[in-house]
Amino acid sequence: MNGPEVSNAVISKIRSLYWSWLALSILVVLIVAGIAPSNAQPVPPVPMGFDEARHLLNRTSFAAQVSEINEFAKLTRAEAVDRLLAETRRQASYPPPTWSRTYERAYRPDMTQEERMKANRRELVERGLELRTWWVAEMLSTPSPFTERMTLFWHNHFATSQQKSRSATLMYRQNVLFRKYSTGNFAAMLREVGKDPAMLIYLDGAQNRKGAPNENFAREVMELFTLGEGHYTEQDVKEAARAFTGWSLDGDTGEFRFRRAIHDDGVKKVLGQEGRFNGDDMITLLLQQPATGEFVVGKLWREFVSPEPDTAAVKKLADNWRAANYEIKPLLREMLLSDAFWAPQNHGVLVKSPVDLVIGSLRQFRFSVEDPAPFAVILRQLGQDLFNPPNVKGWPGGEAWLNTTTLLARKGFLNRLFRADEMVKPDGGAGTMATSTSTMDAKPVGQPMDSMAVTGQSTAQLMDKDLVGANRQRAQMRLAARGTGGTDTMTPAALPAFGVANQLRGQYFFSAEQWFAQQPKQREMNDDIIWRTILAGPPVQASKDVPPTLVGLRSLALDPMYQLK
Amino acid sequence: MMNRRNFLTTVGAGVGVMALPGLPAFAQSTSPVGYKRLLILVELKGANDGLNTFIPYADDAYATLRPTIGIKRDQVLQVSDKFGLHPALDTLMPIWNKGEMAAVTGLGYPQPNLSHFRSIEIWDTGSNSNQYLNEGWLARAFDSVAPPKSFVADGVAIGGGDLGPFAGGAMGSRALSIASTDAFLRQAKLADPHGRASNSALQHILKIEGEAQSAALNIDPKVTLKTEFPTHAFGQQVKTAMQVVAASPGVAALRVGLGSFDTHQGQLGAQAGLLKQLGEGIKAIKDASIELGRWQDTLIVTYCEFGRRAKENQSAGTDHGTANTQFVLGGAVKGGIKGTHPSLTQLTGDGNFIHSADYRSLYASLLRDWWGFSGVQSEKVLGGKYASIPLFA
Repeated sequence: MNGPEVSNAVISKIRSLYWSWLALSILVVLIVAGIAPSNAQPVPPVPMGFDEARHLLNRTSFAAQVSEINEFAKLTRAEAVDRLLAETRRQASYPPPTWSRTYERAYRPDMTQEERMKANRRELVERGLELRTWWVAEMLSTPSPFTERMTLFWHNHFATSQQKSRSATLMYRQNVLFRKYSTGNFAAMLREVGKDPAMLIYLDGAQNRKGAPNENFAREVMELFTLGEGHYTEQDVKEAARAFTGWSLDGDTGEFRFRRAIHDDGVKKVLGQEGRFNGDDMITLLLQQPATGEFVVGKLWREFVSPEPDTAAVKKLADNWRAANYEIKPLLREMLLSDAFWAPQNHGVLVKSPVDLVIGSLRQFRFSVEDPAPFAVILRQLGQDLFNPPNVKGWPGGEAWLNTTTLLARKGFLNRLFRADEMVKPDGGAGTMATSTSTMDAKPVGQPMDSMAVTGQSTAQLMDKDLVGANRQRAQMRLAARGTGGTDTMTPAALPAFGVANQLRGQYFFSAEQWFAQQPKQREMNDDIIWRTILAGPPVQASKDVPPTLVGLRSLALDPMYQLK
Repeated sequence: MMNRRNFLTTVGAGVGVMALPGLPAFAQSTSPVGYKRLLILVELKGANDGLNTFIPYADDAYATLRPTIGIKRDQVLQVSDKFGLHPALDTLMPIWNKGEMAAVTGLGYPQPNLSHFRSIEIWDTGSNSNQYLNEGWLARAFDSVAPPKSFVADGVAIGGGDLGPFAGGAMGSRALSIASTDAFLRQAKLADPHGRASNSALQHILKIEGEAQSAALNIDPKVTLKTEFPTHAFGQQVKTAMQVVAASPGVAALRVGLGSFDTHQGQLGAQAGLLKQLGEGIKAIKDASIELGRWQDTLIVTYCEFGRRAKENQSAGTDHGTANTQFVLGGAVKGGIKGTHPSLTQLTGDGNFIHSADYRSLYASLLRDWWGFSGVQSEKVLGGKYASIPLFA
């Protein structure tokens, strides 16, 4: 048989192939090793490009502009995420309403009880609107939208409503707390949230006393803030409630106060442990449970990655998070650099919240907003009344944001935003709004006025009739509550100083011509750049060939894809 | 039409179960005709004080519990030797006297939750106190027995707020939220269901766009009612509801809302004003139903998250409580007092009424005796067996 000879020749060939293959493999391994960071995140060291930059920015901010996207497109994924995290803040930049410095429960000896309650109610309604307006202004003007997104995430997670806390000051202070820890430390935040006066009122912690426990906070802290359902028993709730007794607030200052006399310092058996636990010990016990990290990480996943969390990935993130003492930034970094975050099938699958939609549209198109108050009202109409989540579970979010009323209201809002036929050129003379040129001098709250052409042929100005209609109704209710009658009797002097004076106008300015002129010229993707900037994926209904006009922008804004991020 | 026939067959199967020997006679006497019968839910937002609405005026304990805000005996609109209606409900007296109005008393649930938000969620989803359900009880009902496809929608929430009992049904169920028919028809012009959905969120959006578009096509703006509706907000909601009924091929259920009944202080004037609006609104529903020739096929049911504390508080108001009385009205109703009013003297430790009937018994009556669900179907929707309250017999 001559088989072996043939074989030898073949073998030698194979051998040489083997060696060259081995050499190649080693080379590849060396290259890959050089690329991959030691913690095994397979992040390519190449600039991520336009679409990934857009994805990252739109998931972590309120809709990005082309210039921002282009800037981030030059960075690697890791550089971009690090930069976003480095730019986060701990404080708001927009000045808060002046009343927020003091707790409003001032004793009014000159009033009867009924008058006092009436005055308090009126004050609460007015301040509530100012507070919401303030946050909308902050969201419109902040250099770190990610900070506000996270602040809103915690507001929703630790849902508290002004309807029950009955104090705009306490709601403001809680908002300051959420921003301070927005990308800080979850454990520290949880400890402070338990003692937060708005929360103590909202979940009846202040009513929780030795011998007469109120289980509301104890239950919700386990079910909704840390462990999630199924990770505790009814007995755990009862025992935890005992541990939290004594956490109360000072009626004069509205600040936390521990009342030793009503604290139950007996032995508690909770979550498999036994001891004379107090509220702080209880929080420590909750933070020791792996379920806590998994529950919160799952929620963050639904906020930033996809509607259906990957259980294994969440568990891994949660374990790392607990090991890192609940520092939020490393968690966000790991999540935003995960494969799942970048997976193409996860682009454009999350429903924009009303805040995403409204603030995002105003920011992305650089609308000049004279008065943000109407937008706070619009957010309520769209189902996200800031500082008033529907219940302690917060806004359900996701697809629940959309029903016929809210989707049609969203489209109605977008249609009005880009409605050419009611925009009146200042020099045109036609239409109803030509007289209000003077209002254009008003100081804008959002984007700097100089970014907008406020004179000349290309400028359009929109007085929103629908908005005014809806708003006027509410304003009349407010006025009725004030007991001053109709709109005619309203004088600016009688109104709170911030934001509310222009509440009946609802004006904003936008020039499509200028917006298009500002878009940088891109060699490769010029044809597609407009829809790829504005939409999270290919349009479902609109043409990809977008005419550079208001009508063109409107067609994209009314496309179903515009509702997604 | 095909779907409608299928639907009637399904309901027919339900009739078979109900006609089994041993069931009360009324089950047969009220022949179930399915979703041809309309249900209008009225949410008394903020929780109405049932004790001052359906008043046990003859009970001495009543005056003791309500020394300042109690309704004086000579003002109560007496409906029996023990009970009477709040005087502001005088518009409903003719309906009561005709035997078309029932007061269902003692409604509540075990381990009552006194939070507005949580408790209305319990009522809307039909859950136990410690159970979190994702869909409304009517959404589950419509998933179980589908209303005809020709209907403008399965359920319509009037007022533009949340979908309440209609929320979160399966992909097949159709719930509309309408603030006003005018605004809806105007805005629905922007609805456009065409195009391919590449993910579940887009599918959801296109479904809503389709629902809005077809609903708008199925609401004839030219149809108007002669009935005069009250000018207050509740009256206008009722008007929108009845316009949808009049101008569309059909709808199984509607929800309107009135409030706020959260009368922690100064209850007397506030509640009287709201109850007056309630009475006027219900009267308008009846008038419009008669105009449409369907009062026999219309059922109005009030509900809210809980009743209020038995004893009045220090601010001439009432705090959150538990068991409550609700009203059921309609041409087919066999009126009167249903159930047992909770004792005014034997209260819980925190001064609340002890419920005598589970609120889901009311739901069971609506599913079985109004719409003709079988016992099995009703159990599936409500997650348990609840004896229905004899509203039609």
